[in-house]
Amino acid sequence: MEKILNPEKANADRYVQLENVDMTFPTKKGDFNALKNINLNIKEGEFISIIGHSGCGKSTVLNLIAGLTQPTEGLLFCAGREIAGPGPERAVVFQNHSLLPWLTCYENVSLAVERVFGASAEEPESKAQLKARTDAALELVGLTHATDKRPNEISGGMKQRVGIARALAMEPKVLLLDEPFGALDALTRANLQDELMKIMAKSGCTAVMVTHDVDEAILLSDRVVMMTNGPSAGIGEILDVNLPRPRARLELAEDKDYNHLRSEVLRFLYERHAKKAA
Amino acid sequence: MSATNISKESLKAIMQSKETVVSKGAAMADAGNLGIAVGGETEVVKTEVEKEVAKTSSALLSHKPSKRKTQIYSVLNVVLPPVFGVLLLLAVWTLISHQSPSLPGPLKTWYSAIELFSDPFYNHGPNDMGVGWNILASLERVALGFGLAALVGIPLGFIIGRFEFMSRMTSPIISLLRPVSPLAWLPIGLLVFKAANPAAIWVIFISAIWPMIINTSVGVSKVPQDYMNVAKVLNLSEWKIVTKILFPFVLPYMMTGVRLSIGVAWLVIVAAEMLTGGVGIGFWVWDEWNNLNVEHIIIAIFVVGIVGLLLEYALTQIAKKFSYE
Repeated sequence: MEKILNPEKANADRYVQLENVDMTFPTKKGDFNALKNINLNIKEGEFISIIGHSGCGKSTVLNLIAGLTQPTEGLLFCAGREIAGPGPERAVVFQNHSLLPWLTCYENVSLAVERVFGASAEEPESKAQLKARTDAALELVGLTHATDKRPNEISGGMKQRVGIARALAMEPKVLLLDEPFGALDALTRANLQDELMKIMAKSGCTAVMVTHDVDEAILLSDRVVMMTNGPSAGIGEILDVNLPRPRARLELAEDKDYNHLRSEVLRFLYERHAKKAA
Repeated sequence: MSATNISKESLKAIMQSKETVVSKGAAMADAGNLGIAVGGETEVVKTEVEKEVAKTSSALLSHKPSKRKTQIYSVLNVVLPPVFGVLLLLAVWTLISHQSPSLPGPLKTWYSAIELFSDPFYNHGPNDMGVGWNILASLERVALGFGLAALVGIPLGFIIGRFEFMSRMTSPIISLLRPVSPLAWLPIGLLVFKAANPAAIWVIFISAIWPMIINTSVGVSKVPQDYMNVAKVLNLSEWKIVTKILFPFVLPYMMTGVRLSIGVAWLVIVAAEMLTGGVGIGFWVWDEWNNLNVEHIIIAIFVVGIVGLLLEYALTQIAKKFSYE
């Protein structure tokens, strides 16, 4: 396969590209092969979910795309460029929100905005512009009222909203979500899923989400990547989700196609690749 | 001049002790008279205690605890235990001073303290200065030694915590030198600086530096990987990492180190000044021992304790102000 290194020639069908990626971690008991031969192409503007049992290495895939870890073998590209390390064009929403507790919500978002659009940017923006960006990001997630609060003064759902605002404020090419709603209660989770759907429809940016929630995966994604169990986990199947957008949770619950897709994923996870109880 | 003073003082002390022995004999004969015979203080202490006990028992016995009463009860619950503690200390002290006649009791020490603090800033030459000057001189030494230790220790702690190599490099040195008694460094200081005052500051420096290095480096090495991942994804500069992530996170650890350090510094200053002389609370204690002015030694113990308490309190307040929680 030819390697496209010129960003202008980047194929929109292969916006994010994983090529024969292998990941081996050294441990005390010897090397642990987490991922084996991962090949995946993600289209521009696509929403991809990676689903699999815990410990299958789905978060590792995300960290590789983020550039937080480097693959043992293989190559990763984003917008035609090889991924050499982490960068603001691939923003991450962390599972445990990872807000800095000594900064207010505003300051947390502003830290990212200043880094991307502030003095160190190619075309630095004015202070007013930076403030407008930060405010807009917080408004997008509906947190205008909590800008001056510290993370320990707001609920878990609100913290995760700030995490999403921080990521989106960077105007990333790819949004990476690592089980973003995993730590939230079911009601808050459903609420945030709906909001994320709206936000993603507006921004149109590419997204990769790691999840272990089947409904979440199908509701939000264009494609669901199902991973086999580790060690040496790989991509088992990729399921196209051709449900029309905008999607409504309640209508989908009785939709034939939706339920069919849902049982496909469940069959993959619990029949063909069932995880033995540890 | 002072020699005659001493003999007078000691004579007085001896005479007083005789008195107490006599009165003790009388007290044994008539237990009811004990309080009055032995001295006014015990009487006062006793009635105070009785009053407090009466208050608490009445609070305990009240059947219908109205809001006002529970409020009073909770206040007493906070106020009474420390009061009892102090009274117990005074009682034990009085008792011991009766057994050991050379030790002045609380009342005598109190009068001596009033006299002493009525003019704390007199200056009759370098060997006879007011207690205020002595405290200030000690505080100055501690501030210098401790300040230098903070200036060196905190940045060093950051470097050791941030770079594994530095941590491995310095760990044998720190483990070796840290347990050394502070005063063991005094001869080295005297040798190098050839003067008593810098040597005392050096001792403060070397004993105050370890808690700050260790606590700061532990704090830095405990920064959660999540925060560092945020820094990586945002591509933050090293300066931003230090100011926005490392420093705020490490601050509580650092303040613990600073508090421990100032405690150690204040502990060590008395011993160091006893050896080096000059003006300072430690030297003052030694001087008063030579004068056999035991009241002043006891006052010095209280002064050292109270100043140490205030330093600790001030730093805790500062730490609270800087804490993000």
